[in-house]
Amino acid sequence: MSWVLLAEQTLNGLSLGVMLFLMAAGLTLVFGVMGLINLAHGSLYMVGGFAAAAVAAATGSFLLALAASLVAAAIAGVIVEMTVIRRLYDRDHLDQVLATFALILVFSEATRWVFGSFPLFLDRPDWLGGTVTLPLGIEYSRYRLALIGIGLAIAGALFWMIAHTRIGIRIRAGENDREMIAALGVDISRLYTLVFALGAALAGLAGALIGAIQSVQVGMGEPVLILAFVVIVIGGIGSIKGALVGALLVGLTDTLGGFLLPKALGLVLSAPAATSVGASLASMSIYILMALVLLFRPRGLFGGG
Amino acid sequence: MAEPILDIRGLTKHFGGLCASRDITLDLRPGEIHALIGPNGAGKSTLVKQIAGALVPDSGTVHFRGQDVTRLSTAARARMGMGRTFQISSLAMEYTVLQNAVLGALCHRGTVWRLFDRVMRDKGLLAVAEEALEQVGLAEFRAVRTAELSHGQRRQLEVAVALTLRPQVFLMDEPMAGLGAEGSRRLIEFLSGLRATAPILLIEHDMDAVFSLADRVSVLVYGEIIATGPVADIRANATVRAAYLGEENAP
Amino acid sequence: MTRESALNLAVMGALLAVPLWAWAADEPFLITLSTRAVIFAIAGVGLNVALGLGGLVSFGHALFFGLGGYAMGILAWHAQTYTNVTDWPLVLGGTKSMPLIWLVAVITSALAALAFGALSLRTAGVYFIMITLAFAQMFYYFAISWPAYGGEDGLSIYVRNGFPGLNTMDPIQYFAICYVLLLIVVLAVGRLAGSSFGLVLRAARQNEERVRAVGQAPYRLYLLAFTISGAITGLAGALFADLNRFVSPTMFSWQTSGEIMIFVILGGVGRVYGPVAGAALFILLEHVLGGLSEFWHIYLGAMLLGVVLFARGGIYGLLAGREAGHG
Repeated sequence: MSWVLLAEQTLNGLSLGVMLFLMAAGLTLVFGVMGLINLAHGSLYMVGGFAAAAVAAATGSFLLALAASLVAAAIAGVIVEMTVIRRLYDRDHLDQVLATFALILVFSEATRWVFGSFPLFLDRPDWLGGTVTLPLGIEYSRYRLALIGIGLAIAGALFWMIAHTRIGIRIRAGENDREMIAALGVDISRLYTLVFALGAALAGLAGALIGAIQSVQVGMGEPVLILAFVVIVIGGIGSIKGALVGALLVGLTDTLGGFLLPKALGLVLSAPAATSVGASLASMSIYILMALVLLFRPRGLFGGG
Repeated sequence: MAEPILDIRGLTKHFGGLCASRDITLDLRPGEIHALIGPNGAGKSTLVKQIAGALVPDSGTVHFRGQDVTRLSTAARARMGMGRTFQISSLAMEYTVLQNAVLGALCHRGTVWRLFDRVMRDKGLLAVAEEALEQVGLAEFRAVRTAELSHGQRRQLEVAVALTLRPQVFLMDEPMAGLGAEGSRRLIEFLSGLRATAPILLIEHDMDAVFSLADRVSVLVYGEIIATGPVADIRANATVRAAYLGEENAP
Repeated sequence: MTRESALNLAVMGALLAVPLWAWAADEPFLITLSTRAVIFAIAGVGLNVALGLGGLVSFGHALFFGLGGYAMGILAWHAQTYTNVTDWPLVLGGTKSMPLIWLVAVITSALAALAFGALSLRTAGVYFIMITLAFAQMFYYFAISWPAYGGEDGLSIYVRNGFPGLNTMDPIQYFAICYVLLLIVVLAVGRLAGSSFGLVLRAARQNEERVRAVGQAPYRLYLLAFTISGAITGLAGALFADLNRFVSPTMFSWQTSGEIMIFVILGGVGRVYGPVAGAALFILLEHVLGGLSEFWHIYLGAMLLGVVLFARGGIYGLLAGREAGHG
């Protein structure tokens, strides 16, 4: 086995992990502060991807495209929060699941109506193309390396914001006691809208960044959403730290599982069998990881209670 | 003196820095009503939860019918014969009054895993349930949805469900709360007779009820039992008066 | 007769009358549509045991629907290729017999529901929703990446499986089979709701503390409910696969879980016959709206949103009033 290849796969796992963190952070914040489970988070990811693809096609600028993904997803988030989501804070989880599931249907079909069913392609810019040579002679995609950098920078900024800024203090207060924060005179509905928009913007950005690797199409959000669910179940719902740890664990397990399992099975099985069995098992690996975490920590690694 | 049915020794529970129960020792003997009183925040509910099994104490033991049940679940203790009524009514609110009572009778009989019977036509269960409703004075409300009962009536239903369990002890958390004068009088009379069936650990704010019902009284202040004894002794106890009764009696 | 039982009769009657009329009028497509509604109804009635009676918000019932489907697909595919399902330690061949396939589908889904339920029920609330969703997704990806049974493309079965004495390829006869199964399932679930177990289970949904105080641990109640629920949805999966003579990983997808949930919600959570009305309405909407616009999911989404926000209780809530205590 080539160590260079292993290092490359590890970096791939990290880049998937930080992108999952961008998704999971919004989900877990919205749950922690507002007690809401939002299935339509994947739709905001999709909105980000489409906004970026459209702006990139019109202007040719990747940075403008990224900015568009943030803004479009945040605006979509604000609209959805003010029209639908805020009616759901006091409802039970079943109502939240159904209403946000309905939102997925609306978002997906509306997007299909506007953009059609064919995937759009978002090209990465030249200045992020090609590879860089890392220490030990590892050649690695400049773009994916940038993803890791962006993801970690945003994670850092988010931790700093929650620890040190006024909105961060309010978020933490809101997690502990909604009535208390209302009593402090904070306009709670504005705080909720803001938190929701923040989560939406992060999801939108992830949609654009991932969209440049895969493609931008209707339905791109839900597989990522479900992975993000696995992330926050592992990390503990409501915990940003848990989201980061969970995201990296899931990213690494998924990528390295797909890489190592067929090789490991190759020691005992014939080559084609090892490849197919390995791929099947690898596709299950993160769920097995989740099941193991649940066996020992039913509320996740950093979950309270 | 008779062996205690419920024997609590050295129960201690901390929440962070707060000591909610400090080395509590308490027992309940056959045929008695033992009242637990104390100001709000004294740790009465925390204590009841530890006795019932909803909270695990940091240290100390709970013995029930001679067996150490400190680590047993709420459900296991209930099956051994602990009948509990809740401070804030805890009933199946969408059910009728009768359904709640049948639920108790069914679980006491232990035939929960019948999948295709018609439980609300089971004569044996209905008889137990209706008798219990009769005893607490809710018989005429049997078909009413529990959510539509008054707070006082819900307390009565709590007691009725506990009765269907034919328990060895009753843990009653403020059964009088929300009852009018007439309702309280009737419930006092009923509970007074109930002690012959099974002893009662009674948490109660209504001092008239406590002093007319209890055989013994324990006073809990800041998580600690400051006095235990017959009603007359407690009334006379200067510490208790200063710590508790003085406040309660002040207009 | 209460309004609810009148509505039950009306729903079951309509679901029988439409295909009979279509049979007389020689409209086989309408019969197939009705068969779909009946099968979806079975899946919904199954989910409702967990969701309505037990309050367990499972967003992963596609797992059982898919397992039922693959039980049919795998057995029938081996039968049509004259190969064995396993050669070791036991030689097991495939089969084209519906009753046998149903049995395997029900047992497989029940065992899966028992295992995944035991794990998922260690948690509650949002965790439970996400975990059930994730486990179903696990099967989805597994089905895609496992090449032996068609992988992403799924498995096609040339001839519908057989039932003694009937011609299952005749649409009305296959409808009759499914309708009778629905009738059995819905009557059984009705009895379950009014049984001893049902009384305690529904009490646990309303108030777990109460159930503990009368001496029952909710976990075991939930686990049995989840197992029964999964088994019924698995049966529906086998019937659905037989209707289409095709299984694919789509049966495991999260959209399938969402749709089964929609049947329950449109009809009315906790009403035994609610999912039957919900599934019928869903098929009707799919047919009518789908004919109007390619993008009919927008209207479906908007309607679902309306039901959740403004008309909780679904069709039964609107037409039959508040839920009765089941006797």
